[in-house]
Amino acid sequence: MSNLFNQFWPYTIDGLSLGAIYALMALGYTMVYGVLRLINFAHSEIFMIGTFAVLGTLHLFGMPTNVSGFALVGLLIVLALVGGAASGGSAVILEYVAYRPLRRHGASRLAALISAIGASLFLQQLFARLVVPAAFDLPKEKGALPVQGHFVQKSNVIHIGSFELSNDRLIVIVGAVLMMLLLDVFVERTKLGRGIRATAQDPETAVLMGVNIDRIVTATFAIGGAMAGVAAALYMLRFEETRYDVGFLLGIKAFTAAVLGGIGNLRGALVGGVLLGLFEMYGSAIFGSEWQNVVAFSVLVLVLMFRPTGILGESLQQARA
Amino acid sequence: MKLTGAVALSTMLALGASACGGDSDSGGGGDTVTIGFMGDLTGENSGIVIPPKQAAQLAIDEYNATKPKVKITLKTYDSQGKGEQAVPLAKQAITKDKIAGLIGPAFSGESAQVDPVLEEGKVPSISASATNAALATHGWKYWHRLIANDNVQGAGIGGFIATQLKAKKVFIIHDSSEYGKPFAETVKATVTKAGATTSTDAIDVQGSDYSSTVNKVKAFAPDAIFFGGYYAQAGKLIKQLREGGVKARFLSGDGSLDKGLAAGAGGTTADGSIIGCPCLIDPSGTAGAASKKFADAYKAKFGADTAIYSAEGYDAATAFIAAVKAGNTTPEKINTYLSTIDIAGVSKQIKFSPAGEPTATDVYVYQVKGDQLPLLGNSKNATVK
Repeated sequence: MSNLFNQFWPYTIDGLSLGAIYALMALGYTMVYGVLRLINFAHSEIFMIGTFAVLGTLHLFGMPTNVSGFALVGLLIVLALVGGAASGGSAVILEYVAYRPLRRHGASRLAALISAIGASLFLQQLFARLVVPAAFDLPKEKGALPVQGHFVQKSNVIHIGSFELSNDRLIVIVGAVLMMLLLDVFVERTKLGRGIRATAQDPETAVLMGVNIDRIVTATFAIGGAMAGVAAALYMLRFEETRYDVGFLLGIKAFTAAVLGGIGNLRGALVGGVLLGLFEMYGSAIFGSEWQNVVAFSVLVLVLMFRPTGILGESLQQARA
Repeated sequence: MKLTGAVALSTMLALGASACGGDSDSGGGGDTVTIGFMGDLTGENSGIVIPPKQAAQLAIDEYNATKPKVKITLKTYDSQGKGEQAVPLAKQAITKDKIAGLIGPAFSGESAQVDPVLEEGKVPSISASATNAALATHGWKYWHRLIANDNVQGAGIGGFIATQLKAKKVFIIHDSSEYGKPFAETVKATVTKAGATTSTDAIDVQGSDYSSTVNKVKAFAPDAIFFGGYYAQAGKLIKQLREGGVKARFLSGDGSLDKGLAAGAGGTTADGSIIGCPCLIDPSGTAGAASKKFADAYKAKFGADTAIYSAEGYDAATAFIAAVKAGNTTPEKINTYLSTIDIAGVSKQIKFSPAGEPTATDVYVYQVKGDQLPLLGNSKNATVK
């Protein structure tokens, strides 16, 4: 306990920056669930693809080293665009290949779930066996793929007493909040956003109202994927390393965050993500770092037991996304 | 009619098969002896298994080149470091391939599962890299290893931290694995006995965010940090520690003795870190002329420098070769020979205690410099700048 009190601010900042990444990924899960009632297990691989796209871009343009200040923000915007495009694109392709045929044939939700798991495994192994060795000129190594050298100059931006805030954590938190505000505005104000909310509320009536379901679904996957892509860029900024299975643990935690906040609820994803990040950090401070995952999944169990609809409860359709 | 015909046909086939398959026992009848090598040859940690395999191949090829009466063949078994893959391979090796001995398994986890199978099949084994101390406590008669166990390694590194580094506060981190945890605890016990205060934390092997551990290290402000685990995690850990502003010296054990450590930490971040190992990697012959001769031959044959456990793999093969040279070609006779062997190897004196442990117990320390890991010296007397 004393550990937590002495180091309260570092743990809180770490929890917030971890939670920011969870929140962005949780958006993907929550949006797809809200519109299709499908848990997209392959979303974790969408994130992984985003990290590889960012890694590839960095390598392609020669590894910049020790970037800081405004150049860093600029670089990050570029990486976020690349990651968002790669992840969003993969999500759309994924939907087209793995879920749309099932929807066409009116298959049960269970079939779609199985397809999701299959897609997830397929993408993981595709990257492990083919893409990584081919693109990065490594033997069929299943290990971590570190970005060579530092590309970010990590430094403390704010330093008040024992309160330290490093630039990368600050960027992660600010970046995630910005993206969520953007998404909020998009879903509230634009026509496509209205269409998404309508489809989430009642697909059949939405069709009667002239909403093109297929386009809505594609847009949902694209946006959810793009959010995961931005999360991937922020992740690469923080950890400068990726693996073929980097999505696995993060995906489960992000899903937990989505459930915690209220699945189908966009603001719930933010709340859930941040809370989960904080719980994990505080839990590891009190019990020891190896209990971090235990804390995260205990939260999931407790939420499902006592408040299955999540903290914010309401769903995407309740016009308060 | 049809049934009788089928019965007759199958009887003929069975008789034919037994006549053909009548190979004599364990390669003793022919003029080749098969020695197996088992370990993770294509998986995540193959970087520390391929060097001993190549070194064993080198030793056997050198022997076969002398045109002996009984040649040796090396047969490799890729277990990917996993017990569930290793056990069926071991069974196949004993019953189908009739190996006379096994070099390996490479890792402690798979050894715990495979060694009972070998014991039952009465096939001798020498591991070049499985360091878990518990392996020697089962009373196995056919098991040997040519690398000092983690208790010895832990005591050696712990002694180095306390005596040479004179650290008064040591932060111990491990990865909760069957290898890392007991190893870290041995180091902790050693430095505590020497009067240092310690604090412990564990990391999750699958996770990437060690900020919780970094915060604890910062709060403790140690003189030295020891990590029991593998290089993939060690590299990340060093990186996050340095980013968090922790300047204390980082130490780890044989699982981190790989270039992947520096790569994971990035650039020169890992420079100055000390990695201990009961293994000897000595291409310049600092410890003795034999290691330089071996390193040169290895480089000539494989085009790469010797790496972790290659000297030990070479010595394991040498032990089997010596047994065959002395006229022992069955597993039983080879095992008896191994209990009395006493010859000089390139990594240490090849001699086993009754339990199968090597009698030589030196621990060596290496210092990270760029992406190289040059030998600093013996843990008992090496000095660090």
